[in-house]
Amino acid sequence: MKLDAKIPEGPLAEKWTKHKFNLKLVNPANKRKYDIIVVGTGLAGASAAASLAELGYNVKAFTFHDSPRRAHSIAAQGGINAAKNYQNDGDSVYRLFYDTVKGGDYRAREGNVYRLAEVSVNIIDQCVAQGVPFAREYGGLLANRSFGGAQVSRTFYARGQTGQQLLLGAYSAMSRQVANGKIKLYTRTEMLDLVMVDGRARGIITRNLITGQIEKHSGHAVLLCTGGYGNVFYLSTNAMGCNVTAAWRAHKKGAFFGNPCFTQIHPTCIPVSGEYQSKLTLMSESLRNDGRVWVPKKAGDTRKPEDIPEAERDYFLERRYPSFGNLVPRDVASRNAKYVCDEGRGVGNTKMAVYLDFADAIKRDSEKVISAKYGNLFDMYEKITGENPYKTPMRIYPAVHYTMGGLWVDYNLMTTIPGCYALGEANFSDHGANRLGASALMQGLADGYFVIPYTIGDYLATLPAAKVDTTHAAFTEAEKAVIDSIKRLLSINGTKTVDQFHKELGKIMWDYCGMSRHAEGLKGAKAKIRALKEEFWQNVKVLGVNEELNQTLEKASRVADFIELGELMVEDALQRNESCGGHFREEFQTEDGEAKRDDANYAYVAAWEYKGYNQPEELHKEDLIFENVKLTQRSYK
Amino acid sequence: MKLTLKIWRQKHANDKGKLVDYNVDINPEMSFLEMLDDLNEKLAERGEEPIAFDHDCREGICGTCNLYINGRPHGPIRTTTCQLHMRHFHEGESIVIEPWRARSFPVVKDLIVDRSAFDRIVQAGGYISVNTGSAPDANEIPIPKQIADEAFNSAACIACGACVAACKNASAMLFVGAQISKFALVPQGKAEKKIRAEKMVAQMDAEGFGACTNTGACSAECPVEISMTNIARLNREYIGAKLTSDNV
Ligand SMILES: Cc1cc2nc3c(=O)[nH]c(=O)nc-3n(C[C@H](O)[C@H](O)[C@H](O)COP(=O)(O)OP(=O)(O)OC[C@H]3O[C@@H](n4cnc5c(N)ncnc54)[C@H](O)[C@@H]3O)c2cc1C
Ligand code: FES
Repeated sequence: MKLDAKIPEGPLAEKWTKHKFNLKLVNPANKRKYDIIVVGTGLAGASAAASLAELGYNVKAFTFHDSPRRAHSIAAQGGINAAKNYQNDGDSVYRLFYDTVKGGDYRAREGNVYRLAEVSVNIIDQCVAQGVPFAREYGGLLANRSFGGAQVSRTFYARGQTGQQLLLGAYSAMSRQVANGKIKLYTRTEMLDLVMVDGRARGIITRNLITGQIEKHSGHAVLLCTGGYGNVFYLSTNAMGCNVTAAWRAHKKGAFFGNPCFTQIHPTCIPVSGEYQSKLTLMSESLRNDGRVWVPKKAGDTRKPEDIPEAERDYFLERRYPSFGNLVPRDVASRNAKYVCDEGRGVGNTKMAVYLDFADAIKRDSEKVISAKYGNLFDMYEKITGENPYKTPMRIYPAVHYTMGGLWVDYNLMTTIPGCYALGEANFSDHGANRLGASALMQGLADGYFVIPYTIGDYLATLPAAKVDTTHAAFTEAEKAVIDSIKRLLSINGTKTVDQFHKELGKIMWDYCGMSRHAEGLKGAKAKIRALKEEFWQNVKVLGVNEELNQTLEKASRVADFIELGELMVEDALQRNESCGGHFREEFQTEDGEAKRDDANYAYVAAWEYKGYNQPEELHKEDLIFENVKLTQRSYK
Repeated sequence: MKLTLKIWRQKHANDKGKLVDYNVDINPEMSFLEMLDDLNEKLAERGEEPIAFDHDCREGICGTCNLYINGRPHGPIRTTTCQLHMRHFHEGESIVIEPWRARSFPVVKDLIVDRSAFDRIVQAGGYISVNTGSAPDANEIPIPKQIADEAFNSAACIACGACVAACKNASAMLFVGAQISKFALVPQGKAEKKIRAEKMVAQMDAEGFGACTNTGACSAECPVEISMTNIARLNREYIGAKLTSDNV
């Protein structure tokens, strides 16, 4: 199969406008004849469901949460980018486009990224009209701040709770359509398979998480808006329920998986404190605007931070990157923290942490000013660690945060399965090998509010309105497969818990496919994951029955998919013999330890095709063509 | 740290349910939910069914976690259950863990309840009617910072339901007040002000939530400090709407 990204011809700035004009339309009276299945109701799913329902389509929306408002999007703290240039500081659509392509280390499509930057301005308008309470200046206009790696102030925010407010906006738009009868909402319902009829996505199989009932749903198109897969690492900043199941099951039905090894490690998280730890907490990276990152110069220094004199501290980011200092992109900041800890200069009990110090900022601006900016984050830190960051520096360490990889999609957001789309973090995204701060919220909402409402019509217009009945053999077969796999999980009755498997997988992934990777380690990891998979299917212990609320069963089926995904991530990391963005291969670095890309050989999207259980997947390459941006070595010196 | 946990176990909505004792020995650095994770691992190893409880972000923002701990929603300090740490308890303590108790939040299993009534209240009118694509430029609607901040304070509600659980009448006035206030305060929300108040209150009543007697337990227990002024504003909005309209 030949990959066709369907990027429109023509000058960059005109691609999307022209494309919108060329897309086929479904006439208003016909829209109500089409049923669209939206799986996931986070930012991407809720915005898509609301917008499509407003257009007149019948939407069925599914979430495993008890309410759309609980989606993981709610946890985003820092903000959302948009090229409004309200600050008159030189921002523009082109600059946002350029920063995103560069920040992604030149592994994203120009056409997609430009469109993202272009519609970013509409997102802010839409959200404000919905009543989203963004931060404002005294004059009543919107406030902005600069955010991780950007030299202009283009980030809109709502205290440290931007994701919450944006999600509530999309949720309210969606709720309005539920009341209108245009969206039928299924909560606590998990998608477990995609149904294919004549080579097209025509429905899904779900499990009702309260009764265990397996249900069949038919539609003309299926949108997967199911978020990222950071929890493959067990410990991450993702919510506990985040998983890859929907995307993975679609992958097994023919949707290619793009750049699975591109994961983002966020530099400012509260460090791991013990074995029992269930998740990691992110401290918004806006903190790096005022906090200074340091470790003692001497390895094994056990003095309290306040007892270490200025001259014996190493502000390693400021030292190595004088022009960006503490604001270098996430991957650079994370890797450097790892290096100093590997040198034995880490701090805290576990020695796997660095300081983020606000003493200078408090001296400069007063405690009041700092508290107005970061009060809730400081409180959260104190609640978790029992330490007061106004008095003593925070301890931070990198943690898995975001997955740039995901289902491969074309310019229309369609996967390689006709009629199956992927939006938000679930697709392989516009962020290339590294995502800039405040750009995920932007992308999720761009996909849902402003891209899919146009592109889906082009597909539906060619599709007969006739519905496929759920009595069709394809539905019965998919249903049976789901029931069989649940039965199998419940019948193993082994000795090891689901969490034990998940933890083991997470450790393998973190050690060999985390912040830095090398071929030997990856090869070893491959064998380890394969063995873990064998053991899982022989020895996992899943108690209870299907016909009830069974959280262990839910988790077991997700972990089974994570294990298979882990294998593919390692494979992907192994084939990419270069370092770029979040993918750092130790064999490929410059003399001073920076990532060394290989544009001649690796300027492509790796799209993987599933070939059957335990079969090697087939790699397809989509070459990335840069007509506007010149590829340079990223430098933040 | 040794503790005795008395945990509500209930197989399904129609089961009677009872408190069951569990003795645990834990690391005091754990969070409350990590303690339950740990207990669940041990139960699973012994072949006993783990305790079902709701949680997701574990950062105090999604509003999913909801345990009634020693007679207080989210336990002894003002926070969400997921942000509660075991250092707030002492050696040998006995801790009673129950689900939210309210007629409108039926128990689903063990510690999990059904809070979909909140969604239905929002569906009744908790939105501004603006279709995608029809918004004016964001800075065409200036909003004084003070008003924007106040609206934010109401919008910060995480819909955990602690207010309902804390109230002896299981009233949802604080939740509904916060939803109404965040829109009533800003210019974009003014057009639908009246009908919103009427519809949301009607739905609240239909869901069977109790009446408000202004004792303030809801706000005192709210992990994100939604204030009583939201209830006062709701009353004002509702009475104002009822006096002048015949919508509902
Ligand atoms: C702590 C944290 C802070 C962040 N801060 C920022 C920030 O400041 N700025 C920024 O731009 N980005 C930020 N991000 C990233 C951003 O929040 C996410 O990438 C984005 O919100 C993802 O949105 P989504 O709609 O794609 O997925 P999600 O919000 O994760 O939604 C997924 C949805 O899919 C549903 N679902 C999943 N699987 C199934 C299934 N099998 N069946 C049924 N339903 C399913 C879930 O129930 C949910 O409704 C942050 C991320 C984290 C972890
Ligand atoms: S788990 Fe999200 S608020 Fe507690």
